[in-house]
Amino acid sequence: MDRLLQILEDIHPEVDFETCGALVDDKILDSLDIIAIISEVSAEFDVAIPAEEIVPENFNSAQALYALIERLEDE
Amino acid sequence: MHQTNVLEYLEQTVTRLPDKVAYADETDELTFAQVYRESHAIGSALHRRGCYREPVAVFMRKQPRTVPAFFGCVYGGCYYVPLDEEMPLFRMELILRTLNARVMICDESTRETAGTLAFSGEIALYGDLASGSVEPEALAGIRARHLDTDPLYVVFTSGSTGVPKGVVANHRSVIDYIETLSETLGFSESTRFANQTPFYFDACLKELYPTVKFGATTYIVPKQLFMFPIKLVEFLNKYQINTVCWVVSALTMISSLGVLEKAVPRYLRTVAFGSEVFPIKQFRLWRQALPDAAFFNLYGPTEATGMCCWYKVDRDFALDEVMPVGRPFRNTEILLLTEQNTLAAPGEVGEICVRGASLTMGYYRSFDRTSAVFVQNPLNDRYPELIYRTGDLGRRNERGELVFVSRKDHQIKHMGHRVELGEIEVNVSTLDGVSSCCCVFDSEQDKIQLYYVGDLTPTELIPALRERLPRYMVPNAVIRLDKMPLTPNGKLDRKALEAQTQRKEN
Repeated sequence: MDRLLQILEDIHPEVDFETCGALVDDKILDSLDIIAIISEVSAEFDVAIPAEEIVPENFNSAQALYALIERLEDE
Repeated sequence: MHQTNVLEYLEQTVTRLPDKVAYADETDELTFAQVYRESHAIGSALHRRGCYREPVAVFMRKQPRTVPAFFGCVYGGCYYVPLDEEMPLFRMELILRTLNARVMICDESTRETAGTLAFSGEIALYGDLASGSVEPEALAGIRARHLDTDPLYVVFTSGSTGVPKGVVANHRSVIDYIETLSETLGFSESTRFANQTPFYFDACLKELYPTVKFGATTYIVPKQLFMFPIKLVEFLNKYQINTVCWVVSALTMISSLGVLEKAVPRYLRTVAFGSEVFPIKQFRLWRQALPDAAFFNLYGPTEATGMCCWYKVDRDFALDEVMPVGRPFRNTEILLLTEQNTLAAPGEVGEICVRGASLTMGYYRSFDRTSAVFVQNPLNDRYPELIYRTGDLGRRNERGELVFVSRKDHQIKHMGHRVELGEIEVNVSTLDGVSSCCCVFDSEQDKIQLYYVGDLTPTELIPALRERLPRYMVPNAVIRLDKMPLTPNGKLDRKALEAQTQRKEN
């Protein structure tokens, strides 16, 4: 989780990712951020996020994103 | 009688297709008759306020009704200047100060923000203006005095001095562009556009005006869908979109995330793109998914009213090849000028210069900056004739096609937007706690990297910058240095920072 928080904080240092649960709904993340996160996550965790997982629910919070990564790592 | 006003497109179509949907998004739709009626009411309201031959700011959420607000300004004999909630307040105020407009048209969602701006004119609500009465005689009088060399809009683009430049386009250049673009891309009444580009740049002309010219329909894509590509493809299929004119990065977002293997925008027949180089690997995925579609690479500066060159993809490209930008639209000429102001030989690199009716009028209240790039054609010593020097370098390949090579200066294309690195640097330098800075662009990764020296931490710097610059101009990475690398002459060593950026990537 720390590695993921580091990635997110590099993109938005002003956001508290441990508590924020509406990253998409509150328009904190935009399309540039999503692309950056996908590319950083695939490099750092060696997982490919498939297109059908790129949906708001998986990006609204760091916890949701981390759960997705764990799920992908298990597959 | 030949056309002199863009509104004639609307007036011809509304008699033929009054009840057809012209502009729509997921919650709202406007027929041509509604566009016609509301823009007449807005024009009349502006006339009652005494506005004439002056700028009117349009600050509305991107939605179908933004278009009749634009047309309403034109009915009133004025020209529109789009502002957008994506712009930081600081930037909007810079623009408003330059404009000195008397009226700003807002909607319910922007009126509160508008009230906080340093703006002394009247803030008028779209709903109030559009529901007022129409004054046919006054509007007819305005039209009778109209010239096609009168301005239609002013859009603001990045300026290296830190102050955005307002590009003024007139009716003649827009009509010239819409006619030639439409015949090249084959638009018709059955065209269904999905608009991606913001309304505050010239890129949206490609949908807004052909829609009224042909009686076509434009669907505005919600911005959020460009984060979630499968939903985006579903949107395109739901509205049976057959034509898109998007920036390259919007298309590569779909292909690079593996979406085309799972969902294909199956109604698409015309795919036009531009503003950036299309990576061939990504382009192949698109061509494979849509073997029957026509693909067009477009090129052109805002100063020449949108696009001025086109290339219809007619062959395969190797991964390391660059797709040409092809040849100019009809009624436009491209001069490739060497540093000696002579025509470049075949294969030789020269500056891309534009000649023709597509030239805009220049920059708003900025005569010096205008005369620096709108210059006498150096090949013509017989009579006055302006060309626009784009600052882009290009060459002609062995097939005679124009190929973009690079920029002469520090202007870049980032996520489809034109950005002056100098403008970012000026804004960083004005922050307290920054003593020096330099921006470097990594075109491979499409990332803007900022290096700076000062007491401010990166965590403090980024939010401060977001208040001043549009989102796409905020650097993707910020690195604080103890001191800036300098050349032997004591100048900031940009090349050393570029090399450092490359090393970090590899």
